[in-house]
Amino acid sequence: MISVHHEGKVGLVILLLLLFLPQVTAAFDQAYLVSTATRILIYAIAALSLNLILGYGGLVSFGHSAYLGVGAYVVGILGFHEFEGSTFLGVPGTLNAWVTFPLAVLISALFAFLIGALCLRTRGIYFIMITLAFAQMIFYLFVSLEQYGGDDGLMMMSRNVFSGLDLEDGETYYLLTLIVLGACAWLFRRIVDSRFGRVLQGGKQNELRLTTIGIAPYPYKLAGFVIAGAGAGLAGALLANHMEFVSPDFMHWTRSGDLLIMVILGGIGTWTGPILGTTLFLLLEEFLPVLFHELGWSLLSEHWRIVFGPTLILIVLFARGGLHALLFHEEE
Amino acid sequence: MALLEVRHLRKSFGALNASDDLSLSVEPGEAHALIGPNGAGKSTLISQLSGTLEPDAGEIRFAGQDLLKVPAAKRAHLGLARSFQVTSLFPEFTALENVALAIQALQGHSFSFLRSVKSDRSLHEPALEVLQTVGLASEAHRQAQTLAHGQQRQLEIAIALALNPKLLLLDEPMAGMGAEGSRTVVDLLQRLKGAVTMLLIEHDMDAVFAVADRVSVLVYGSVIATGTPDEIRQNPEVQTAYLGEHELHVEG
Repeated sequence: MISVHHEGKVGLVILLLLLFLPQVTAAFDQAYLVSTATRILIYAIAALSLNLILGYGGLVSFGHSAYLGVGAYVVGILGFHEFEGSTFLGVPGTLNAWVTFPLAVLISALFAFLIGALCLRTRGIYFIMITLAFAQMIFYLFVSLEQYGGDDGLMMMSRNVFSGLDLEDGETYYLLTLIVLGACAWLFRRIVDSRFGRVLQGGKQNELRLTTIGIAPYPYKLAGFVIAGAGAGLAGALLANHMEFVSPDFMHWTRSGDLLIMVILGGIGTWTGPILGTTLFLLLEEFLPVLFHELGWSLLSEHWRIVFGPTLILIVLFARGGLHALLFHEEE
Repeated sequence: MALLEVRHLRKSFGALNASDDLSLSVEPGEAHALIGPNGAGKSTLISQLSGTLEPDAGEIRFAGQDLLKVPAAKRAHLGLARSFQVTSLFPEFTALENVALAIQALQGHSFSFLRSVKSDRSLHEPALEVLQTVGLASEAHRQAQTLAHGQQRQLEIAIALALNPKLLLLDEPMAGMGAEGSRTVVDLLQRLKGAVTMLLIEHDMDAVFAVADRVSVLVYGSVIATGTPDEIRQNPEVQTAYLGEHELHVEG
């Protein structure tokens, strides 16, 4: 086990090693794994953002994939209008990542602001239910948008253009995603250690005391909710480009549930736990069916979730503090 | 002019009048104790002063301001700080972080997202000073939830004290403490006396008479007497209403 004091250094070393993943997979003739890795990195960003409010703020948001979906649709819709040469409410489409990414982040943050402003007036189970309800409303909103493919989703003709970078190249796109994840991990750590972060954590531990020392928790919880929504929007923009496709499935409530499980699996309220949890979750999801197929267990290969679910439950039950607690130990 | 002026305060829960035409004033600089049997309405008064409960009628003025118009979170900024009868800390934070958060609250808004608090001396130096005052400096880096009960009570007072209050509301600071722990807190309150105005709600009569300049007696939601500790001890009305009963029950 490693002391949490070295968590940052360990993380940085792993990040640097991951820069060479494309070469390693190419050497073993498994280059398709770069795409799997990119998907993991993208969801890790969403899980990190959820962890800010869930782990540090104690806010169980059951609608986090909605903001991811909104970010994805901003990219998808702008791409659609660029291809069609039409406009969205007078705004022309674009594939310029310098425009689409900031817009995806901003509009997700705006959705999070409006929804958070209402949801955060409730607590506990009501908060969980109302965040879920709003996420479902957004889900059905996009299902109803026939122009953008309705529940079939929207194909993108090409990825965004990032000045000088060829994002169509899987390896380049992987490296970009890796750097964005690294930047997000650094940023969220800074936020947790800031004055704002202290207030957010204080509100989770004892809201009454926070109020009586003179800090009204509501604006801080809302700011946290907006930052988390913006983070999910960034992940959504990356996911849309990665898949070259957006769909209401991105924001289905089961996707919000997956994000919660990723965070809990990795270690709620820990720095790198959400990244660990996302990695294990998506690796199991991808390779369990393959594994059973290779073993010739066709029934399990088809119904791999029968093994997937209990595995997650066992890890959560027996590794309290998640994967993070298996790797790192706290020091007094 | 009184620092705190409570006039004709009323608060009922159904048929129970927890505050029944309650009037009380605390002068600047004094250590004012409020005693009363269980169920007299002490906690209800504290909740109304700190803003977690709204009175049905009456008036509370603090430092010349109408306190009832000030939301709970703003009252700390006016100089009204409280401690809790049932220990109310930030259990996962260290003792130092608990006090530092109070100092952070005092310094204004906390919308600072990127600067680390760990290296912020403007928070930790004054926080350590407050911990020294209450005698907890040696435990500064221990998590609040791992502290002994007596130490948690000291931290409870430290958080309120860190707010540099004009009036310190102490809700049974000796609650659940042994003889030795109580003595530590009484010593602390005697040291603070004069430097900070206190309204002390307490069951422990020895502590009250050792610390208070003036004592008010609350019975069935209203103050039946106010005076020096000696006057209160000799007041026949108080003896029948409270002290006699108190001795009979041998407070538990």
